[in-house]
Amino acid sequence: MEEFTWVQIAAMSSAGISIGFGAIGAAIGEGYTAGLANEAISYRPQEAKDIFKNALIGQAMAETAGIFALVVAMLLLFVNFDRGSVLTAPALLGAGLCMGFGALGSGVGSGYPAAATCMGIARQPRLSSRLTTSMLVGSAVCQTPSIFSMVVAFILLFFNVTGHPFSPYWAAYIGAGLSTGLAAIGSGYGGGLAAGAACEGIARQPENAGPTTVSMLLGQAVAQTPAIFGLLVSFILLFKGYPEAKTLSESIALLSAGLCMGFGGIGPGIGNGFTAKDAIAWVARNSENAGVISRTMLVGMAVAQSTAIYAMVVSLVLIFVI
Amino acid sequence: MVEGADLVRAAALLGAGIAMGLGAIGPGVGEGFAAGKACEAIGRNAREAGLLTRTMLVGQAVSESTGIYSLVVALLLIFVV
Repeated sequence: MEEFTWVQIAAMSSAGISIGFGAIGAAIGEGYTAGLANEAISYRPQEAKDIFKNALIGQAMAETAGIFALVVAMLLLFVNFDRGSVLTAPALLGAGLCMGFGALGSGVGSGYPAAATCMGIARQPRLSSRLTTSMLVGSAVCQTPSIFSMVVAFILLFFNVTGHPFSPYWAAYIGAGLSTGLAAIGSGYGGGLAAGAACEGIARQPENAGPTTVSMLLGQAVAQTPAIFGLLVSFILLFKGYPEAKTLSESIALLSAGLCMGFGGIGPGIGNGFTAKDAIAWVARNSENAGVISRTMLVGMAVAQSTAIYAMVVSLVLIFVI
Repeated sequence: MVEGADLVRAAALLGAGIAMGLGAIGPGVGEGFAAGKACEAIGRNAREAGLLTRTMLVGQAVSESTGIYSLVVALLLIFVV
């Protein structure tokens, strides 16, 4: 088959993968928000308009991850990617995998702050604007992994792949997509858990809004680190020069590096989210002890991060030593 | 044409990545959950912070064990097999 046909096959399947996986996350997050919004309205029907407004804003935040996936899918369908190299095909496939998986975690995660804000307004209607602000900040940080994925997807779509030998570059491009895309799942979900706990904490104890917001930002920042490791490995895979591979194993090593860091970021991202969620909830209740709770949160998150570090080490060994 | 030995090596490297990648998921989730509950416990009872932190670390170390097994298998697949 001629090379342009491979590129088209890759573009079509990649578009499907991108929007297919990307749609899952946003839908789940928005559905969760809608469910809890209804519960909140059942507790306090007089606030129905305000709760509904906040639910829609929160759902719009969750939707952004799905929109990124749609943009990548549309580009894959309609842009002519004929660049004279069959390497374009794995690059396009990597882009779709990256954006599809990357949108998954952030979409689901953004459901949590929106849901917590709706419930919070039912509890404390007068705090509505404070809670909306908190929801917007938390959701925005929660979207950062899907933004990392979109950056890597755009690099894979548009940068110059001509002049490189097919092996091992095909594996480097698919691996780069998997590394950021999969790792973003955990960080997106974890960041969302943290933001949800912050919104709920502020609703329950508005006088502690300051320390709660600080620990939300701290917890979310650490929860993003697996996605950053994934991004780092992706950039190394994308931009490192490789001699032409003589054996299949040299190519598979690069693909495996991407899978390793990608999967390896999922668990620690989710785990860091659990840690941040409980820590933030208790900083809200008990802000005199915010210091010791935050320190314990950081220590606990560092330990939970350890397997992501092992995964990064194994990835780097696979890239540089093989 | 892909030779037999090359295919085996390729499979070993793929296995290494999958082993460490998937193996990192469980300890990450479990240790994170443990750390969260430790923060909650300290929130309820800050005077016991030392005891609670130590218990958290011991529990996390046990959870880490399967992650270490995955790391060992991955390194064996890369360097020894």
